[in-house]
Amino acid sequence: MSTVDEQARAASEKDEGHVPEGVEEKKQDGSSATIILFFILGFIASLVVGWVVFPKLLYSSKPQPVAFNHLMHNDLVDEGCESCHFFREDGSYSGVPSLDQCIDCHEEVQGESEAEEYFVTEYVQKGREVPWLVYSRQPPCVFFPHTAHVLKAGMDCVTCHGDIGESESLRPYQQNRISRYSRDIWGHNIAGIARNSWDRMKMDDCAACHRRENVNQNSVQTEKGGCFVCHK
Amino acid sequence: MKIDRRSFLSFVIGGAAGTALTPLPWKLTDDMSIWSQMWPWTPVPAKGEVTVVKSACTLCPGGCGISVRKVDNRVVKIEGLEGHPVNDGGLCTLGLAGHQLLYGPRRIKTPLKKVNGRFVAVSWEDALAEVSEKLAELRTKGETHTVACISASDRGTVAELLERFLRVYGSRNFIRMPSSQDAAEVALYLTQGVRAMPGFDVQRSDFVLSFGSGLLDGWGSPVYLFNAHSQWRDSGGKLVQIEPRLSRTAAKADQWVPINPGTEGALALGIAGEIIKESLYDENFVNKHSSGFQEWKQLVLGGFSPEIVSKVTGVPASVITDLARGFARAKRPLATFGRGKGTSPGSLKEVLAVHFLNALVGNLGQEGGFWAVPEPEYIEWPELEMDQTASIGTQQGRIDGAGSNIYTHARYLANRLPEALLADPGYQPLQVLFISEANPAYSLPGTAAFKDAIAKIPMKVSFSSYLDETAELADLVLPNHIYLERYEDIPAPFGYPQPIISLARPVTEPQLNTMHTGDVVIQLAKALGGSISEAFPWDSYEDCLEQTLGDKWDSLMEEGYWVDSEFESPQLSEAFETASEKFEFNNREISALGNYSLVKPDGDEAFFPLVLIPFDTMRLWSGYVGSPPFLVKSVGDTLLQKNDVLVEINSATAASLGLKDGRAAVLTTPKGNAPVKVRVSEGIMPGLVALPRGLGHTANDRFLAEKGVNYNRLAGPVEDGATGHDAAWGIRARLTKA
Repeated sequence: MSTVDEQARAASEKDEGHVPEGVEEKKQDGSSATIILFFILGFIASLVVGWVVFPKLLYSSKPQPVAFNHLMHNDLVDEGCESCHFFREDGSYSGVPSLDQCIDCHEEVQGESEAEEYFVTEYVQKGREVPWLVYSRQPPCVFFPHTAHVLKAGMDCVTCHGDIGESESLRPYQQNRISRYSRDIWGHNIAGIARNSWDRMKMDDCAACHRRENVNQNSVQTEKGGCFVCHK
Repeated sequence: MKIDRRSFLSFVIGGAAGTALTPLPWKLTDDMSIWSQMWPWTPVPAKGEVTVVKSACTLCPGGCGISVRKVDNRVVKIEGLEGHPVNDGGLCTLGLAGHQLLYGPRRIKTPLKKVNGRFVAVSWEDALAEVSEKLAELRTKGETHTVACISASDRGTVAELLERFLRVYGSRNFIRMPSSQDAAEVALYLTQGVRAMPGFDVQRSDFVLSFGSGLLDGWGSPVYLFNAHSQWRDSGGKLVQIEPRLSRTAAKADQWVPINPGTEGALALGIAGEIIKESLYDENFVNKHSSGFQEWKQLVLGGFSPEIVSKVTGVPASVITDLARGFARAKRPLATFGRGKGTSPGSLKEVLAVHFLNALVGNLGQEGGFWAVPEPEYIEWPELEMDQTASIGTQQGRIDGAGSNIYTHARYLANRLPEALLADPGYQPLQVLFISEANPAYSLPGTAAFKDAIAKIPMKVSFSSYLDETAELADLVLPNHIYLERYEDIPAPFGYPQPIISLARPVTEPQLNTMHTGDVVIQLAKALGGSISEAFPWDSYEDCLEQTLGDKWDSLMEEGYWVDSEFESPQLSEAFETASEKFEFNNREISALGNYSLVKPDGDEAFFPLVLIPFDTMRLWSGYVGSPPFLVKSVGDTLLQKNDVLVEINSATAASLGLKDGRAAVLTTPKGNAPVKVRVSEGIMPGLVALPRGLGHTANDRFLAEKGVNYNRLAGPVEDGATGHDAAWGIRARLTKA
């Protein structure tokens, strides 16, 4: 009695029996070229998808509600960034300025820019807070005190925020469609490569600096930084 | 070139190899792990400027100072105010959950008017016009005495504005909701000749004999009592709790004395008898500063020997003797009255019996003793000038009969309202009823009778901030700001031994279209014009409050409270304003009340073999404010399982009824029946059924409504022969298998 395999082999020999030997060799050569071609095509296509298409799909992009010129404002104030992004009396950080601060100067339309007119009529006169989109906003699970970093450790704004203070316009806010984080947290390089200290703000970046500066590197559980330093 | 299956596979393999060299898989893995933790419904604390506002809590009569933390303009946390004399940084669960009342769904958003049985939103202008037109019409008809107001309190500017409004309009029908303050006031007046609030210096006492007072279950000013309880740990203070059920207070007391319910007064007299018999009383006080002692002594020694009292109360005679000795020999003994949270007046004779114990050991006005606390006299408004209509109206008797020949001693008798309103089916004695900060349709014992009684009043105006049981019955709702949105003065709480005023102030802007009841009263007065308008010479309530408080305003704004630092108890020779200028154990009025007798619960014993008693817990509130969601969540499954309330019965009772722990049953009283579950406990005396107060709401929000059973639906008032107050402490009941 023959096994199932033997039957299959016999059937296949029967099928291929009338094909000439040479023809078959030729076909095999052409076929391997095709295979390699398709391999390369697939390889290149996926590289294009992974490096070019994927980042475009992953992030949504939204313009800021009002055009804002950091550079110009910086020239007009005395205390640099802290003129508007200040620390409150209790040490907490005020973050993005509220309308109350803007109104000090912008109660009336100043100059002739369209953006200025839009800002005054849409927000100042209606008493609506501007829904600024914050590039560097850490997710809610992170407790990030500016006080500890700026006032205690003496870090400057540029270390984490780059040269936004020198910018003349606000770039669109990009948000990860899956995680809903700002793109600035992972960084603009899709590979996550950071050239500057402000290019990325993932947990590893926090941890690297905390290790370097020896911030609470005494957790019993992790034998490194304590989770509860940032995750309350 | 032929494209076949192999080329396709090759494309896929090439793609896979390429993908591995892109960030795509690693980035997606990272994003998805974050996605799995970032749910949109996870609450995230708001960011913004943190500010703290000092204010005061008005949710219960406790009068605690609060410190409210806000992020930008949103209230996020309420804590006790450090250094406040009443609560010194502490706060109860109700106070902690206050912001749920501010933002929660049970609030009334705008003035409402009932049209064809349903509420429709109306403007403030229309709502106020409707009330003032009705009031003006009644004045023209000379029927001003048909207007009444039910209020939780008669103290502070808001209550006094309401009372002033009624009076100058021509009505004496200002009615305060019942509480143990009712009987206490009469007892103080009869024995000491003073109109004052009872004050218990619990914190400095070293032996507190509590006749059913839920000192740790929300009696008086709850946080003040919690602090006192903590201090006893250090000072060696002792608490003896006398009540039929092992309440939290009893469990935390040094001694629990189970007693047949309603016989507490007899026990007090029994203890007094032992103190007198063993000459342990304060001879100096009794001989020099009291009168009527001999008559009272004979009454006590004649009828309240330990053996007799033991039979009545179920407390062994030896325990009575021990309690008498322990109490009288303590340095700073103090006896307290007012069952549970003190929401029911109780029998006057019982309150007197307990009060006499305080007198007997001479603790009146002493450290750790009983104090008569005078009202801080800051509300001094111009004398009322009433026109003729008002004079005629105020000459009519009160609707509840308080102060009449029959009820001489009572000031307010809310419990008599149903009887008074339903007395003559052909006549409606009230045309307009205002209800301020009270929920009588839920919290007056005998709710069905009350609902029937007020149904026929043509205009019921509720000032409630919440759509509670009483507001639902109203024809007009003029919602008040809640305490976190308004100014209000809060005089000393019940039982607090010092005159103090706290100030509630707006912590945040009014969230909804509401108006301060004080402003409503002032506006109504202005609309009515004439002498009524002249009696309210203020532009707004805030204006009125600031002027009233005068030089205290600044310190109240700064500190949040004002204490009469010069207050001290008067010398004993000057403390009493009775005819004899002494403390009177007996006098003409007291002897006219008759001898002490037990208050019997309503119902036929043959048909209702058990007795239903209510109990209070800090986790549930049964007054104007219903428990917020946080509190309902904190109620354990020994009280509430899903929507079923558990009634407590002794194992002996359970055995005789054939009921087991956790079984469903039907609780029936002469007033109605309700489905319950049974909890068998040794912490309650046999023959009793205990039901918590504060459940069984039919209104408010879905977090509170339809959970458990309202005790007041199953209970009813029992009139105290001495005063007319509600003296009921329970009601006869039957428990049957469901």
